[in-house]
Amino acid sequence: MTAQIIVNNLHKHFGHLEVLKGINLEIEKGQVVCVIGPSGSGKSTLLRCINRLEEPTHGDITVDDIRITDPKVDINRTRRHIGMVFQQFNLFPHLSVKENIMMAPLELKLKTKEEAEQKAIELLERVGLSDKVNAKPRQLSGGQQQRVAIARALAMEPDIMLFDEPTSALDPEMVGEVLAVMKELASMGMTMVVVTHEMGFAKDVADRVIFMDEGIIMEEATPAEIFANPKNTRTMEFLKKVLSV
Amino acid sequence: MNLGKVFSEVNPLLLKGLWITIEVSVLSLLLAFALGLCTCFFGMSKKAPLRWISKAYVGLIRGTPMLVQVFYVYFAIPQLLQFMGFDVRLTPFSAGLITLTLNAGAYMSEIFRGAINAVNTGQMEAARSLGLSQAQAMRKVILPQAFRICLPSLVNQFIITIKDSSLISVIGLAEIMYQAKIYVGRTMESFATYTWVAIYYLVLIGILTYVAKIVERKVQI
Repeated sequence: MTAQIIVNNLHKHFGHLEVLKGINLEIEKGQVVCVIGPSGSGKSTLLRCINRLEEPTHGDITVDDIRITDPKVDINRTRRHIGMVFQQFNLFPHLSVKENIMMAPLELKLKTKEEAEQKAIELLERVGLSDKVNAKPRQLSGGQQQRVAIARALAMEPDIMLFDEPTSALDPEMVGEVLAVMKELASMGMTMVVVTHEMGFAKDVADRVIFMDEGIIMEEATPAEIFANPKNTRTMEFLKKVLSV
Repeated sequence: MNLGKVFSEVNPLLLKGLWITIEVSVLSLLLAFALGLCTCFFGMSKKAPLRWISKAYVGLIRGTPMLVQVFYVYFAIPQLLQFMGFDVRLTPFSAGLITLTLNAGAYMSEIFRGAINAVNTGQMEAARSLGLSQAQAMRKVILPQAFRICLPSLVNQFIITIKDSSLISVIGLAEIMYQAKIYVGRTMESFATYTWVAIYYLVLIGILTYVAKIVERKVQI
C-alpha cells in the first residue's frame, strides 16, 4: 500500500532564504505524526506545503495518489480533503459559529442548507460546544474558538487534518480541551500531521515524531524512542530544553 | 442682509438645486462604487497590464484638481473627439456625472484596497484551506469584512463627493451652488444666500452622517 502523503525532496525558498532543504516523508493513512523542533526550523512551512498554502520551490508532494505539486491539479478540489487548523484559529468573525462551519460546504454546494446545519450541530456537539451554535467568534474563549475551527475543518469531511501549532496561542488552562478533541479525532483513525510544542501530546498520541531543525528532518522515530533515547545531538539539546521547563 | 426675506425667495431655487445636487451625487457614487471596486481588483490582478491601467487611472485623478477634470471632460475631450471627426456634445449634467464618477471611483478604489489589505491574511488562508477558490473566498470572507472596515472612509468619500458636486456649477449644472450664484448676481444678497447654501449642505451631510452611523452600528462584527 502506498502512503497517503508522500513528500519527495521538498525545497522551499523565501527569497534567498532556504527554509526547507530537501524533505522526504511518507505518512500512512490513519497515522498521527507530530512535527517538533525549534522555531524557524521549517515545521510550519512543511505543513503549509502539504495543502499548498505555500508553493514548494522544488520537489513533489503526493496526497491520496494525486500529485498536488502538479501545476495542472485543481488545488481547490484537493484542499477539500485536507483540513487545516491554524495557530490563530482564523474563524470568520462576521459569521456565527454555526455559519462558520456551514459556509464552505454550502458555498461549494456539497450540502443543502438543512444538511449543512445538521452537520454543524453534530460537530459542535462532538467538540463540546452545543450551546454556542449562534454565538459570534469574539464571544468565545481561545480554546472554544479553536474547537470551532476544528469543527469547521471537519465539516468538509476531510481524510487528512493538518494542525499548525493549534495550542500555541492559547492560555494554558485551555490547552487541554483542544488536545482532548484532537485525541478523540486521532482515535477515530484520522490521518493527522501536527506541528506542536506539546510534548505530552506527542508522547501520548503520536505514532511518529519528526524532529526538524534548519529545514531538515534531523530525526524521526516513535515517541517512545525519540523521547527516551534520541540519537541526534540536536534532538537531545532541543528535548533537554523543552522538557526541563 | 435679511435672512428671512431672502429665504422665502431663494428657498424654491435652492430646493430645485438641491435635488440636482442629490441626483448627480447619488448617481455618481453608485457608479463610482462599481468603478472603484473594478479598479481595486485590477490593481490586485496577476496580470500586469490591468495593474498598470489601475495605477495610471488612480494616479491621473489624484494628481489633478477636480476643477481641471471638470473642464477636461466638458470642453477638452469633446473638442478632441470633434477633431477626430466625432460630434460629441455633453450636457452639464452628464459631464458632471462623468467627472464625479471618475473622481470618486479613483479614491474609492484606494479605500477598498486599504480595507481588503487590512483583513488578516489568515482569513484568506482559512477560506482557501477549506477548498474555496480565490474569488469565493473574496466574496464570502474578505469582502464582508473589508466592507465593515472601509465604511467610515467610504462615508467620508460620499461627503467629499457631495461637496465637490458644487464645482460642477462652473460648467452650468443648475445644482444648489449654481442657483445661489444666479440669485446673488440678481440681488447682491450674498451673505444671506450663501448662509442658506451652507445650511443646506450642513443638513444634507448631517442626515447622511446620521444614517451612516446607524448602518455602521448595524453591521458591526
